[in-house]
Amino acid sequence: MTYLFLAYSIIWTLIAGYIVILGKRQKALKKELQLLDEWNTEQ
Amino acid sequence: MKQKSGFIDTAMFYLLIPMVFAALYFVFIWSPVEKFMGAPQKIFYFHVSCAWVAFLAFFTVGYYSVRTLIKPNIKFHIHAGISAEIGVLFTTITLLTGMIWGKSSWNTWWTWEPRLATTLILWFIYVAYLFVRRMEGSWEKIAKLSAVFGIIGVINVPIVFMAIRWWNTKLHPVVFGDGKNQDGGGIEPPMLFTLLFCIFTITLLYAYLMRKGIEIEKMRHAVKKAKNKAINRLAG
Repeated sequence: MTYLFLAYSIIWTLIAGYIVILGKRQKALKKELQLLDEWNTEQ
Repeated sequence: MKQKSGFIDTAMFYLLIPMVFAALYFVFIWSPVEKFMGAPQKIFYFHVSCAWVAFLAFFTVGYYSVRTLIKPNIKFHIHAGISAEIGVLFTTITLLTGMIWGKSSWNTWWTWEPRLATTLILWFIYVAYLFVRRMEGSWEKIAKLSAVFGIIGVINVPIVFMAIRWWNTKLHPVVFGDGKNQDGGGIEPPMLFTLLFCIFTITLLYAYLMRKGIEIEKMRHAVKKAKNKAINRLAG
C-alpha cells in the first residue's frame, strides 16, 4: 500500500507542478504584455 | 477565434477534473485487486497511460521534426518543443512509477533490464533535445539541429516498446499482444476498462497541456513583438 501511495503521490505532484509552472509562465507573460501595451499606447 | 479557443480550454479543463476523479475511482475502488501482486499492481494503470502519452508526445515531436527539416517553420519548431517538454514529464513519471513497481515486485529500485534501459536512453535523448533548443543562435539553425535529435529520439520509441519482446526479458511481462511465445495473457475486463479509461484521461490531459503550451508560446511571441515596437519608438 505504501508503494501505491508513493507512486500516485509522485504522479499527481509532478502533473500539478507542471500545470502550476505553465500557469506562472502565462501570468508573467500576461503582465509583461500588459505593461508593454500600456507603454506603447502612452507614447 | 480567441474566445472559441478559450472556451475549448476551459471546457477541457472542467471535463478533465471529473475524469481524473472517475479514473481514480476505477483504479482504487472499482477494479479488482490482482491476486499475486496485490495493491501495488494498481500502479500499472497510470504507469502504462503515462508511457503511452510519452510515446504519443515523442511521435508528435518526430512528426514536427521531419516537417522542420523539410521546410523550417517556427510553428512546427514550437509545437515540437512543447510536445517534447510534456513527453519528458510523462517519461519521468513512467520511470519513477516503474522504479516503485520494481521495488514492490522485484525488490529492487533499478535493474538494467531492456525496457528500463531503453526508456532511460529515451529520457536522456529528449532532455538533450530540450537543452539544444535553449542554445543561442538563429532559430532556423536551432530548429534543424533539434529536429535531428527529435528524429533520433522517435526512432528509439518502437525500440522501447519492442524491447521486452525482442530481448525476451523475464522481468517485464508482455501483457498485450501475443508475442513470439504467445506470452501476452491479457487482463480481466474490469482491469482493461480501467486501463483504457486512464489512457483516455491522460491523453486528454496531454491535449490540454499542448493547447496551454501553444497559448503561452503565442503570448511570448506577442511580448517579443511589443518589445520590438517599444524599442523602435524609443529609437525613432
